[in-house]
Amino acid sequence: MAKSIDVSDVNIYYSDFLAVQGVNMTIRAGAVTAFIGPSGCGKSTFLRSLNRMHEVIPGARVEGKIVVDGQDLYESSVDPVAVRRQVGMVFQRPNPFPTMSIFDNVLAGLKLNSGKMKKSEAEAVVEKSLRGANLWNEVKDRLNKPGMGLSGGQQQRLCIARAIAVEPQVLLMDEPCSALDPISTSAIEDLIHELKNDYTIVIVTHNMQQAARVSDDTGFFNLKATGEPGRLVEFNPTKKMFANPDDPATEAYISGRFG
Amino acid sequence: MTMLQESPDRVHISLIQPRLPQFAALIIAGIAAALGLLLLVLGTGLVPAVLIGALVFLVALPLWSFFIEGRRGATDRLMTSLIWTTFFIALVPLVSLLWRVIAKGAGRIDGTFLSYSFFKTQIDQPVGIYHAIIGTLLVTLGAAVISVPIGVMAAIYLVEYGKKNKLAKAITFLVDVMTGIPSIVAGLFAFALFTLIFGPAYVSGFGGSVALSLLMIPIVVRATEEMLRLVPDDLREAAYALGTPKWKTIVKIVVPTSLGGILTGITLATSRVIGETAPLLLIAGATDRTNMNLFDGAMTTLPVLIYGQNLRGDEAAEAIAWGAAFVLILIVMVLNLVARIVGKIFAPKKN
Amino acid sequence: MTAPTTEIEDEPADWASVRGGVGDRIFYGLALGAGCVILAALAGVFVFLAIKGASGFSKPSEVYGPHAESFLGYVFPLLVGTFTASIIALIIAVPMAFGIALVISHYAPRWIATPVAYVIDLLAAVPSVVYGLWGAFFLAKQLVPMHVWLHDTFGSWPVLGALFGEPNPAGRSVLTAGIVLAIMILPIITAITREVFSRTPRLHEEAALALGATRWEMIRMTVFPYAKSGMVSAVMLGLGRALGETMAVTMVLSVGFDLSWNIIATSSPTSIAANIALKYKERSADMLNVLVATGLVLFLVTFLVNFVARWIIGRSERRMAR
Repeated sequence: MAKSIDVSDVNIYYSDFLAVQGVNMTIRAGAVTAFIGPSGCGKSTFLRSLNRMHEVIPGARVEGKIVVDGQDLYESSVDPVAVRRQVGMVFQRPNPFPTMSIFDNVLAGLKLNSGKMKKSEAEAVVEKSLRGANLWNEVKDRLNKPGMGLSGGQQQRLCIARAIAVEPQVLLMDEPCSALDPISTSAIEDLIHELKNDYTIVIVTHNMQQAARVSDDTGFFNLKATGEPGRLVEFNPTKKMFANPDDPATEAYISGRFG
Repeated sequence: MTMLQESPDRVHISLIQPRLPQFAALIIAGIAAALGLLLLVLGTGLVPAVLIGALVFLVALPLWSFFIEGRRGATDRLMTSLIWTTFFIALVPLVSLLWRVIAKGAGRIDGTFLSYSFFKTQIDQPVGIYHAIIGTLLVTLGAAVISVPIGVMAAIYLVEYGKKNKLAKAITFLVDVMTGIPSIVAGLFAFALFTLIFGPAYVSGFGGSVALSLLMIPIVVRATEEMLRLVPDDLREAAYALGTPKWKTIVKIVVPTSLGGILTGITLATSRVIGETAPLLLIAGATDRTNMNLFDGAMTTLPVLIYGQNLRGDEAAEAIAWGAAFVLILIVMVLNLVARIVGKIFAPKKN
Repeated sequence: MTAPTTEIEDEPADWASVRGGVGDRIFYGLALGAGCVILAALAGVFVFLAIKGASGFSKPSEVYGPHAESFLGYVFPLLVGTFTASIIALIIAVPMAFGIALVISHYAPRWIATPVAYVIDLLAAVPSVVYGLWGAFFLAKQLVPMHVWLHDTFGSWPVLGALFGEPNPAGRSVLTAGIVLAIMILPIITAITREVFSRTPRLHEEAALALGATRWEMIRMTVFPYAKSGMVSAVMLGLGRALGETMAVTMVLSVGFDLSWNIIATSSPTSIAANIALKYKERSADMLNVLVATGLVLFLVTFLVNFVARWIIGRSERRMAR
């Protein structure tokens, strides 16, 4: 069951450096939300704070509330490991585990929790996840081959299969197509359309056409000035954002006048 | 796709899983330390008390975690504690070693210790390690003079000319083998070589230099090779495009670009062989006098002197050994420091 | 291993070497010569040891005496001594080194990790004779109670009892020598594994964490598989060091010829390297030949260890590439 995310007054720091300031938004359940903005404006940083991956970097921390399904992710009793299981993530560059086969890659997350699995059960999960990632037909005959042997686009879909195998509620994607060619990109975009029935999807992208194609809502991040923290300038339904944005800066960015 | 929604536990999964309090590790550590202290008071030795305390910590924390956080949390905590424990255990001998050398050695150092040799011209003359310091410096200098040109040029061959041909592959392989040569074997080689040529009674510092260079060359080759490979090909091409001959490109562009790394490698290699004992024992011999001639007669170095004092075993000898060890470590540390500074100074400038 | 040289480099290189003329040919000759010196040096090691040591394999039996009659009888206890001390060293040093390497690369905050890494590098540079001095004058005495305790506790056990027989009263046993060796090879193993651990791609580590792995699970899923060959090579390098290390064993161990399982015994066989250092002074021609012959054996053994290490690394690299 997909869940919505309520973000209120979030500040994100790297040690003393305030990277993102004062973000408020509600990410709708079962929809695709895209973040756009120029490089270095904090959209990836913000995305990583949604599953507590931001704090993996030494000295990094987050202030404010991020509520998923009635629970604040940053409450002191919350276990970041449990958060990451509920909020899956796909990275900029495909990163299947190099020493594992396709089969094991898909099961990697699941094996952490359930220890031993029955073979039939494992096979069912692998097939379901790979079908979910539109990859099953391409790899069903070579499940025991290393995941690194696939093409870039296939690797990225393998990573998506790996993320959905643990059945998260939210799926975060950090520029998932930036390392891929146009054909693989369109395969992933199709996949995003299908996945949003089951997951709340948040995607960071540099490509405004992509944001317009795949997302229901769009958030535009920008820096006030160089050296200032990034902030959320505008958050609106994608249609409105691209047709008639509220903020002149958004319009300038979308129409390509800067950034 | 609808299959995914069927599993019932997806409806609401709590993110708040039971966790140990934030200071759980500290609490257990406190209990373990208290227990250890109690044992110490009750009269067990320091070592068993510490060991039992550590064991209590290693068992109690994962156990507590297992009942509250479950298997995965407990494993993570156990491994974290184990890894930190190895770290602290390993620090004990290392710190003890350094402390011993400093505590026992520093006191022995004074002007006479550094400027007199073992050779006494009068019965009550003080002894010092001057002859061994000179020996160490000369033998190591000899080794460096042999190793640096050969090592650097061989590395240049491997990177600039070899291009993975058969000879280059063989050299790379043999350099690997040479890194693993036991130092005593290097000594035996020099010993066999020089006694075959000059007769069985031959000893000289130069023989020691040859033995040491066998140990030093592979380190120099490796360090230089690594640095040369870091030089981008664009630089070489830029020089070729200006009509510079290949050798001038190497001498004027490639080597200067990587000079910092090469010098650092050479210094570290020197500091590594300067403390070698076994090969010098065999071929450079030992003497009480200061010998300035690298090519004739026995030459004592600091490591050999330390070994000799260790064999004698009386208290005065032990004090001299610690003093010499302190000087030797000081030389090694200074070389390491120099290597770092050189590396910093010559590092490619970045904005 | 080695960075691939680009094709582009070939063209101008050949062109330059034609045009560069004399200077280029001399420089090339020097570089080639240096490479050949290395080839010659290693061949020389083997040849001169063989010339000097050949007769050492088959001397009259009294040369090998009083404890042996043939070369095999002479060198076998020494080989046992060499390997016992080295294996004890590995058993102690390897888990420690991996632990320290993980602390530096993945557990400690940077303000601890950087100075600790620096100290470990410095310890790698401490001369072996200083370790020997410390082992002989300090550690051996400190370990006497442990020897007694080991014997009293485990001495009567069925299997362990064989290892912990009558203890050396001064603590100068193979166990102590092994511990000193362990401390000596700890820095080198740590330095290499720390390097490969910290080179694990962040991408893979984050992938594991994003799947909800704990830190230890992340290390098992990404760091260890990635670093496997580096870890093996570090261990083998440590073994090579331990096998060939002379001074620590020479200075710490009280030497004897009793071949037994007792690793805390009063008189255990010493190692090949230590035996050479102890006996070379006799300088009787026959004995020297024998010593050189044992040196040749040591050379071959360490060569084999390094060779196997390289083979393992090469194999796992090929597998990763497939």
